[in-house]
Amino acid sequence: MIIDHPLLGPRDSQEFVLLGDASLLNRPDWQAENAGHAFYEYQYLRDNPAGAHRELWYHEMGDRSWLVVTRDTVTHEVLKVELAADVTSGMASGVAAGRRPK
Amino acid sequence: MGLNGGYSGFRILREGLSGNRGWRPAWRDPAPQPAYDFVIVGGGGHGLATAYYLASQFGEASVAVLEKGWIGGGNVGRNTTIIRSNYLLDGNQPFYEFSLKLWEGLEQDFNYNAMVSQRGVYNIFHSDAQRDAYRRRGNAMILHGADAELLDATQLRAECPFLNFDNARLPVMGALVQRRGGTVRHDAVAWGYARGADRRGVDIIQNCEVTGFRIQNGRCTGVETSRGFIAARKVGCAVAGNSSRVMQAAGMRLPIESHVLQAFVSEGLKPIIPGVVTYGGGHFYISQSDKGGLVFGGDIDMYNSYAQRGNLPVIEDVCEGGMTLMPMIGRARMVRMWGGIMDMSMDGSPIIDRTHIDGLYFNGGWCYGGFKATPASGWCFAHLLATDTPHETATAYRMDRFERGFMIDEKGSGAQPNQH
Ligand SMILES: Cc1cc2nc3c(=O)[nH]c(=O)nc-3n(C[C@H](O)[C@H](O)[C@H](O)COP(=O)(O)OP(=O)(O)OC[C@H]3O[C@@H](n4cnc5c(N)ncnc54)[C@H](O)[C@@H]3O)c2cc1C
Repeated sequence: MIIDHPLLGPRDSQEFVLLGDASLLNRPDWQAENAGHAFYEYQYLRDNPAGAHRELWYHEMGDRSWLVVTRDTVTHEVLKVELAADVTSGMASGVAAGRRPK
Repeated sequence: MGLNGGYSGFRILREGLSGNRGWRPAWRDPAPQPAYDFVIVGGGGHGLATAYYLASQFGEASVAVLEKGWIGGGNVGRNTTIIRSNYLLDGNQPFYEFSLKLWEGLEQDFNYNAMVSQRGVYNIFHSDAQRDAYRRRGNAMILHGADAELLDATQLRAECPFLNFDNARLPVMGALVQRRGGTVRHDAVAWGYARGADRRGVDIIQNCEVTGFRIQNGRCTGVETSRGFIAARKVGCAVAGNSSRVMQAAGMRLPIESHVLQAFVSEGLKPIIPGVVTYGGGHFYISQSDKGGLVFGGDIDMYNSYAQRGNLPVIEDVCEGGMTLMPMIGRARMVRMWGGIMDMSMDGSPIIDRTHIDGLYFNGGWCYGGFKATPASGWCFAHLLATDTPHETATAYRMDRFERGFMIDEKGSGAQPNQH
């Protein structure tokens, strides 16, 4: 599999390690009332789709950036590659704007 | 069973003398009935074993197995056929030892030659620390009633002279051996259970995909399939790599990711490898089939996949492991390789439990070790379905253990499925 790194261009997936579903970026609020259950779902439950899957890849043998790769789990085709930093800053300005320093 | 439909030496003789005209298909091809007491989703090893034991051990007469393709087309026909009971943790070891005991009597029980071969499993160690860890594992096995033996390098050399003993980086220092472990002809396990179940009245329905569940007032009353609705008092799902997809139809999210694991077979060679040999310096395991092919494998590909095929980097990694452990295989040509979809759970251990929906039961999360579990998994799932209580060896395999904090993590690698 070739991952088209937004900064470095096409790189062999061997240079990366996969952490898992990109939903891991959406860490629950630890102060919320149901935090225990929310963290259980966050940590242990997965959609595990057959088809497009957004996932976190770390460019360990490259520039050490975290990427959000959208990949088809049925064909292994890489559909979209973004820097995780861009994704989270998008999230920050949207969902949790108040809590994150810009 | 009688001599008529049963398989025996006598039968082969009789058929041979009468032109082999008496052989019949090993199982029927029935059309689905409108309703059953028990519907098992998935005709892999676990689903077929469940149906077999429901009929043979729990006296259930109204059972169907629904398989979307053909039986044996999933992981049960794709694995590297290793059986063993060398686990460390209390939640696991009694279950896997129960399974190994069932393997030992299986062929007589279901009257089918599954080529159960207790040729021994050798786990090689390469350092003092690894020997200590293996000794500890061996002691845990013995305490649970299994067999384990620690061989030093001299003893191991007598049994496996071909290993790379003097490797400078990872010398072969000995092995933990389980002599009762070994290999089993995987397809024959599916066929044997299918035939045994069929003869006890179970309907095995192929080309019948379950597409949904009918759930009314919190109770599952049957399944929607590509061949119409089938009502059931209880539905048990054992669909391995497709667990998340199937259970999603019941509105569930599982502590499971699907990953691809590859396997490889070389050209046929003269007998050279006595048992199953596993490498302690990386992920590589190998045995030799009775046809002579070297059957080997290693790690999963590490990314989520439903593709039933993997990529080249893992092939390279597996072959490097093999070359380090036994350089002699470098001359053998690889002739076949394939992949299967593993239901990798969050702690590396399986689930056999009911769900929050009455009448709906789940069996999955087998990772890449579910073949050896087939007999016990079937027995324990049948026990749960028939009696609504877990079998004594499967009490730890609860669905909610992740929320309660009772993980069964043999490797201690945490909630990352590709690390188990
Ligand atoms: C390459 C490889 C090597 C392995 N090596 C070993 C080993 O050496 N030792 C070991 O112990 N384990 C090993 N395993 C793991 C083992 O094979 C599996 O854990 C085990 O076979 C899974 O259970 P099963 O046999 O029921 O699965 P499967 O045979 O996959 O059965 C599941 C069935 O469900 C069916 N299904 C799916 N969705 C639906 C639906 N919607 N409706 C109807 N049916 C459906 C599928 O078609 C399939 O036939 C290996 C696996 C692989 C792929």
